[in-house]
This record gives sequence, structure tokens and C-alpha cells, in this order.
Amino acid sequence: MDGDDRVFDDRTPGVEEYEPTATYLSYTAGLGLAVLLTIMSFVVAQTNLLWSPGVPMGLIVLAFAQIGVHLVFFLHLGSGPDHTNNVVALAFGVLIVFLVITGSVWIIANLNANMMDMPVHLQH
Amino acid sequence: MLGRLTWTAIPLDQPLPLYAMGVVGLVILAVLAVVAVKGWWPYLWREWLTSVDHKRIGVMYFTLGLVMLLRGYSDAIMMRTQQAIAIGHAQGYLPPDHYDQIFSAHGTIMIFFVAMPLVIGLMNFVVPLQLGVRDVAFPTLNSVSFWLTAAGALLINVSLVIGAFSRATWWGYPPLSELAFSPDVGVDYYLWSLQISGIGTLLTGVNFVTTILKLRCPGMTYMRMPVFCWTALASSMLIVAAFPVLTATFVMLLLDRYLGMHFFTNDAGGNQMMYANLFWAWGHPEVYILILPAFGVFSEVASTFSGKGLFSYRTMVWATLGICVLSFMVWLHHFFTMGAGADVNAFFGIMSSIIAVPTGAKVFNWLFTMYRGRIVFTTPVLYLVGFMVTFVIGGLTGVLLAVPPVDFVLHNSAFLVAHFHNVIIGGVVFGMLAGYNYWFPKAFGFTLDERWGKASFWCWLIGFYLAFMPLYQLGLMGMTRRLQHIADPSWQPLLLVAEAGAIIIFLGVLCQIAQLYVSIRTRELRRDLTGDPWNGRTLEWATSSPPPAYNFAVLPTVETIDAFWELKRRRVKPAVQPAYAAIEMPRNSPVGFITAFFAFFIGFSLIWHIWWLVLVGLLAVAVTIMAFGWGDDREREIPVGEIARIERARLAGGPA
Amino acid sequence: MTITAIERAPAALARGRGGGGPAPKRTVVAYGFWIFLLSDFVLFSGLFAAYAVLSANTAGGPTGAELFNLRNVFIETMCLLLSSYTAGLGALSAERRRQDRFLIFAALTFVLGAAFLVIEAREFARMVSEGAGPSRSAFLSSFFTLVGTHGVHVTGGLIFLLYMVAQVVAKGLRGAVLRRLLCFSLFWHALDIVWVGVFTLVYLMGAR
Repeated sequence: MDGDDRVFDDRTPGVEEYEPTATYLSYTAGLGLAVLLTIMSFVVAQTNLLWSPGVPMGLIVLAFAQIGVHLVFFLHLGSGPDHTNNVVALAFGVLIVFLVITGSVWIIANLNANMMDMPVHLQH
Repeated sequence: MLGRLTWTAIPLDQPLPLYAMGVVGLVILAVLAVVAVKGWWPYLWREWLTSVDHKRIGVMYFTLGLVMLLRGYSDAIMMRTQQAIAIGHAQGYLPPDHYDQIFSAHGTIMIFFVAMPLVIGLMNFVVPLQLGVRDVAFPTLNSVSFWLTAAGALLINVSLVIGAFSRATWWGYPPLSELAFSPDVGVDYYLWSLQISGIGTLLTGVNFVTTILKLRCPGMTYMRMPVFCWTALASSMLIVAAFPVLTATFVMLLLDRYLGMHFFTNDAGGNQMMYANLFWAWGHPEVYILILPAFGVFSEVASTFSGKGLFSYRTMVWATLGICVLSFMVWLHHFFTMGAGADVNAFFGIMSSIIAVPTGAKVFNWLFTMYRGRIVFTTPVLYLVGFMVTFVIGGLTGVLLAVPPVDFVLHNSAFLVAHFHNVIIGGVVFGMLAGYNYWFPKAFGFTLDERWGKASFWCWLIGFYLAFMPLYQLGLMGMTRRLQHIADPSWQPLLLVAEAGAIIIFLGVLCQIAQLYVSIRTRELRRDLTGDPWNGRTLEWATSSPPPAYNFAVLPTVETIDAFWELKRRRVKPAVQPAYAAIEMPRNSPVGFITAFFAFFIGFSLIWHIWWLVLVGLLAVAVTIMAFGWGDDREREIPVGEIARIERARLAGGPA
Repeated sequence: MTITAIERAPAALARGRGGGGPAPKRTVVAYGFWIFLLSDFVLFSGLFAAYAVLSANTAGGPTGAELFNLRNVFIETMCLLLSSYTAGLGALSAERRRQDRFLIFAALTFVLGAAFLVIEAREFARMVSEGAGPSRSAFLSSFFTLVGTHGVHVTGGLIFLLYMVAQVVAKGLRGAVLRRLLCFSLFWHALDIVWVGVFTLVYLMGAR
């Protein structure tokens, strides 16, 4: 049945047989970009190149960039019309991840701000 | 050798659960004995236990849900009776320790082992038929899902006799559920049975998202899918997005309990609010996982029995998807009182009110579908009407509770109990019972008795109102939930009314059993030979009742919504001698059964700290999965001759 | 599933909004696995949320800045990135039915993944021996659970890889084996994505 796959123009991430971009070169380019972004992250975190209150934001931006690189070059998540399903599923997943993490942080930070501090002798 | 497990684990001092389990055990033994004596084991093993047919799995899910409904109901009537008599000086018949286990078990069972199996059972049976395909995307995985759910259900029932169940409510808030305050096995039973069944549920979600998005018959574009498929898709997406959060939360609580970590403990920086937060980040989508398929059932019922297409199909689809996303933005309303500031509470309060809007739009859609339709008042339609009235009341009390200051007053009161039973019974249970009456002939080839069905409906409806309207009143009077003893005698009249309501609901259950019995006895008179007993609109009615294993000899090609109705309208006759082609169907597989068998022992031995058995179980599961993953020969081919023979018999009007 | 009916469907149906009938098996398997991976990301999001909320709760114990060794984290990251690269090249070789190359890349992937695990395990062992085990504080509980869960996934991935190598050797690069290999690659690349989150949120932000 595998031989009949070409009947369809429907793709999923990683189905690279029909993917003109999936070559040794594209993997190498992906690796190069990923390594570059990683090094930038480590440098930003350990030096004062960025204005220091901006470092967390810078790190988050770099992380998102690197995740994007992984999605495009390693998982071959394209943007053509036949990729709609994958991208919509990914968008839904990203939305949920975002809601769970930021929602939790926001809620608990708000709770902490509204609570009395616990006396030190009760903390341990 | 046996970890914590000793003879003291069997609660000889509490006769009630022992008697109950004794009776259940005897019934099970009797059933097994009858099966063995009659020589039905090979049939059962071949046709059901190892079946990967979505229809069989759907029926097994639904049966599991109905059986567990009896268990959950017996918990409910015990609580109602205790509250009705333990007033003033009377202490009732349930000691607090036992009562706490009962309300914890009632909630856990009703949500995870009644509502979920009923919903997933219907999805399993209906979705591939409505999509015009032959099975789900991963049939063997589907069987694994079912058996894991069954293993979880078995584990929770074992807690009746060996050890004890959790006393920490169905959501198991720490610090009460931490080792320091619940040192025995109760919470472990709760956590492991839900972890095991939760994996099954997650796999079901993955399976159905893939099925609906990737396996549809030719021509069935998204906007031609039946609404039930849309709701099943939304529900499955919510499963995929929400259940991992629950799994992660339980993992953290388990690590606290087993490895002495400090996620939710009182000391060393743990934060109990984080558990509540994460639990409800799953818990609120869960509500919609349950209710959306019920909305789907009512959409099908409304349009079929009104003889009209669904009013504003597109609104229904977008409302479903809107609820799907919004349901992830309201979870804090379960803990408004926990101490967040006005900004956070206001945000989640407003979002909770907004989610009522698409739901309200749906109610109007059903009303307008029925408006000027030729309504046939069958049992499913009665459930539909009962649902619309009841659910609107439940929804309105929900909007009331979404207002934080009101919630501060009513939080954890009987009012809240009334609210969520109002939406879950009036919505999910009514929906599932409507679906049961609606699709039963498709599953078994004969219709259910209408008279008993209607009697059952009226008992459920009246029983529900009597049982839960008093709780609204009691909540406003100040009664909190989960009271083992009632101090204020003025509450007794209303509690007695609630008790009466619970008994009437039981009559409804009895009517259903009678309905099933009568229908089976008279099945020859009520055979559905056409495959289309209700003049249906969607593709499941285009094949025989019950459908052959492969559902459709030739996959239908669809050009409109309500595809089967369109075929009938244009008087398209089935081809007399269609060109059949051989069909590949997945082979039966014992993988699901074996995996769940060992998963049960893994759960049990983790609860009792029998570490060697944990290892054996894990190894066995790994070997089972790897052995299955090795094989290639998972399909069998049904030859053309056999298909032609089955189809000839069907078109001639005989049973397939 | 059969696709006989699809071939009879009009060609126009096969395009656009998925009206062309059931998708081929390879698409179905890969898409299902993709959905499963998304659920895995959500699982990690719960653990990330717990870490973000609890990371300041050190209960008087050691903080991230005192414990983390960024040099090791950098090496770990490079191991994972390179292993993702070799896994990708392995997948490419498999698609082109180059079994010898596939086996070489699989071996490289395994070695790099195992190196990652060894470094991580030694870090964990060092921390525990310094009295900074998972039961020391809520911060350390969430740290060990988040990073450890990723490590467990890597371990599972390595077992998956060995199993797939055995299948390739025993059965050759056939359709069913290729489908499973595709799932392995997706899984392995997804672990990288999670790791990007881990080294950013846990190590780089925590070490400051």
C-alpha cells in the first residue's frame, strides 16, 4: 500500500519523500542555525551584551527562534496549503502550552501577592 | 514479598463493603461459570476481547459505563440516605471514614468511569460510520485504550475489598492527599487507577483526531461532516490537550507521596494552590470533553426526528470550536475563593460568562431545527426537550456562579452540587441516553421498546428535579457539600425530597433494564431490516443494521451535508451488482487485553509497594508492545466473493 | 484501510479541503504520531509551569545559580543537536534505501544520545551527593522532575532506536519499517524542542 502514497497531496510533518527541501543540505543548514542560536543564547545569558533586565526576554526570543528552526528544518513543517492540518494542530498545541504556563504563573503570582507571608519558622 | 499488603488490608470490621463486594464477586463468578459451562469463552475471546472493530469496542465502552453507573449510583443513594437520616441526634449508618470514601468514589467513578466511557463508546461506534469509513485510524490502539480504561475501573473496584479508597474527594487536593495526611493506600488507588485509564483516554483522543482529520470517505469535506463528528473532533482535541496536564499533575503528587518530593507539601516550599491550578486546567476542559459529544447527539436527534436539516449548521460548528478554545480560559472559576486578586478573578469570571454565549446559540439552533418540523416524539426527542429545559437552568446557575462575589457565597455549598449535577445529568447523561436509544438499532439490528424508554425518561426527568432542586435551596440556606451529619433539623424536609428524587432516578434505571430485557425478548418483532429505522440523514443509516465488519462494501462518495438524506431525496438506488473489490481489514489482536492485564498488576503492585511485581509488569508490557510492533501482517483481506454474498443477503432484506 | 475507492474518486476531489477520501497509511501514521507529540508537549508544559512557579521556593537550600554548571549544559545541548542532525541524515538515508548509511547514522545518534544521558546522570548524581536531591526543596523537586522527565524520554528514544535498528537489520527498509522509522525521527526531533525550553528556562535563566 505504501507505493500508492503519491495519489495524495496531503502531508504530515516528517513526510519528506515529497519534500523538495529535505536534503542533506537542509539538515546541515538547520544544524548550523540551531548551533548558532544556541551559542547566542549561552553568550547572552553569561555576558552583559544585552541590557540586563532584557536578558530573559532576549533568551525567550532566541528560544522561539530556535524552536522555529527545528520545526522547519528537522520536522519539515512547511507553510503550503496542504500543511494546514499540521499547522493548525501545532497552533492549537502552542496555544494550550502558552495558556497553561502563563496562566499558572499569572495566577500563582497573583495569589502570592495577595497572601500574607508565611512566618519563617513555618517554612521548613 | 508483598510490600505493604497484609491480611489487615481486608476491612473485616466494615461489613457493608464486604457484603457489597461479596455479592458483586458472586455475580461475576456466576457469569464466568455460565460462560465456561456454555462454552462461550472462545467466542468471547475471538469476537469481543480481542476485537479491534470500532463498533465492538464502542459497545464494550458503553457497557462498561452503564455497569459503573450502577456502582456510582449505589454510592449516591448511600450518601443521600445518610444525609436524610443523620440529622440532629441521629448519627445515620455511615461512619465519617466510610462516608468520605463514598463521596470520593462517587465523583471519581461518575466522571472517569461512567461519563467518559459512555461518551467515548458513542464516539467509537458512530464516528467511523458517519464518516463513511471502515475503522478508526489505529484500530489496535483503540483496543488498548478500552482495556486500559477497563483496568482502571477494575482497580478502583478492588479498593472496596483490599485496602481503602481515597477520602480526599474526587479531585484529591493536597495537603490532605499528601502522605502526611493520607498515609494509607486510598489516594494511591485513586491516582493509579486514573493514571492507567488516563493513558487509555489520551490514546483515544489521538486516535479520533487522526481519524476525523485524515480518514473520511471521498467527498466528505470538513463542512459536510455530521455535527456529531465535529463535536467528537472537538472533544478529542480537548482530550489531547487536557489529559496530559492531569497526568503531569498526578505524577507530581505521586512523586511527593513516593519519593518525598515537595511539589504540594506544606513544608520545603511546596505550593498546594499549584495543584488546584493544574488540576482544573484539566478539569474545566474535561467538562466540555463530556458535554460536546452530548450536544452532537442532540443535534443529530433534533434534525432526524424533525425531518429537517440542522438549523444553521455553520453556527453549530463554529460554536463547537469556539467552546473548544474558550474552555481553556476559564479554569480559575473553580477556585475563585483561593485568594487571587480582583483582576484575575474578574478575567476568569468574564471568560466563564462568555463561554455561555456559544452554548446559548446552540440551544436556539436546536429550537429552530424543531420549529415547523414534523417532530416524531420518540424517546430521544423526549430527552432532547428535557435536556433543553434542564440544561438552560443548569447553565444559568453556572453563569450565576461565574460571578466571583456570588461564588464567594455559594462556593462548596449544596448549590454548587446542584449546579453541576444539573448540567451533567441534564446534559451528558440525557445526551448519552438519547444516543443509546437512537443508535441501539444500528448496533444490534432491532429497536428498543418505546414504552419502557419513555417511562425511563420520565423517571429520570422527575427524579432529577426532585433530587437536585432542593439542593439549590439548601445551598442558599447555607448547607455545605459533603456533610456526613446534618446539624440543622430544618433542612430535613428538603433532604427527604432529594432522597425521594434519587429513588425515582433508580426507577428510571430499572425501567431501562426492563426496556433492554423486553426489547431483547421481542427482538424478532422489532427487527430493523432496512438499516434506516428513523428515516435518518447521515451515512451510518446507509448500511445495514448491524453493519458488516467492514461497514461499507464500497466507500460512499459524498456531495453534500446530510449525505444519506440527499441520496434518498434524489432516489439513488443502490447498484444491483456493484463492482466489489477485496477489502483489507485489521486483524483481531490480544495486545490491548494483555497490556491492560499487566497494567492492572503494575497499578496494584505500585499501590502496595510490591516492587518486583512492578518490574515484571513493566517488562511484560514492554515485551507485548515490542512484539506487536514487530509484526507486519496486521490486515486480513475479505475476498470479493464473501462481500458479494453478505451484500446480496442485505439487499434481499435478510439479516446480514 | 483500503484505498481502492479513492482511486475511483474524481481527481479534483483529491485536492483542497480533504475531500479525497481516506489518507494513505503513511500520512495517517505520521499525523497520529504528530498529535501524540503535541500531547507530550502539553505534558511538559505542566512540568514547565510547575518549575516556573516553584523555582524560587528553595526553602533555604541551594539555588540554581549555585548548582548549575553551564559548561556541561552546553556540551549536553551540542550532543543533542548533533544527534538530531545524524538522526535526520539517517532518516534521509533510509528513505533512499541506503541501509549501510542508515546504520552508521543510527550508531552516531545512539552514541550522542547516550553521551547526553551520561552527562545528565553525572550531574544528577553530583547534586544528590551534595545534599541537593529532589526532596530538598520544591525548587529541586520541580527541577529533577522536569529535567528527569526529558531524560526519561531520551532513554525511551534510545530504546526505540535500538529496536528500530533491529527491525531494519532483520527485515530491511520496507514500508512498515519506514513508517516506524518516521515516528522515531519525529520523536527524536521533538525531544530537541523540549530541550530548547529546558536549557533556556531552567539553566540559562536559573543560573543568573
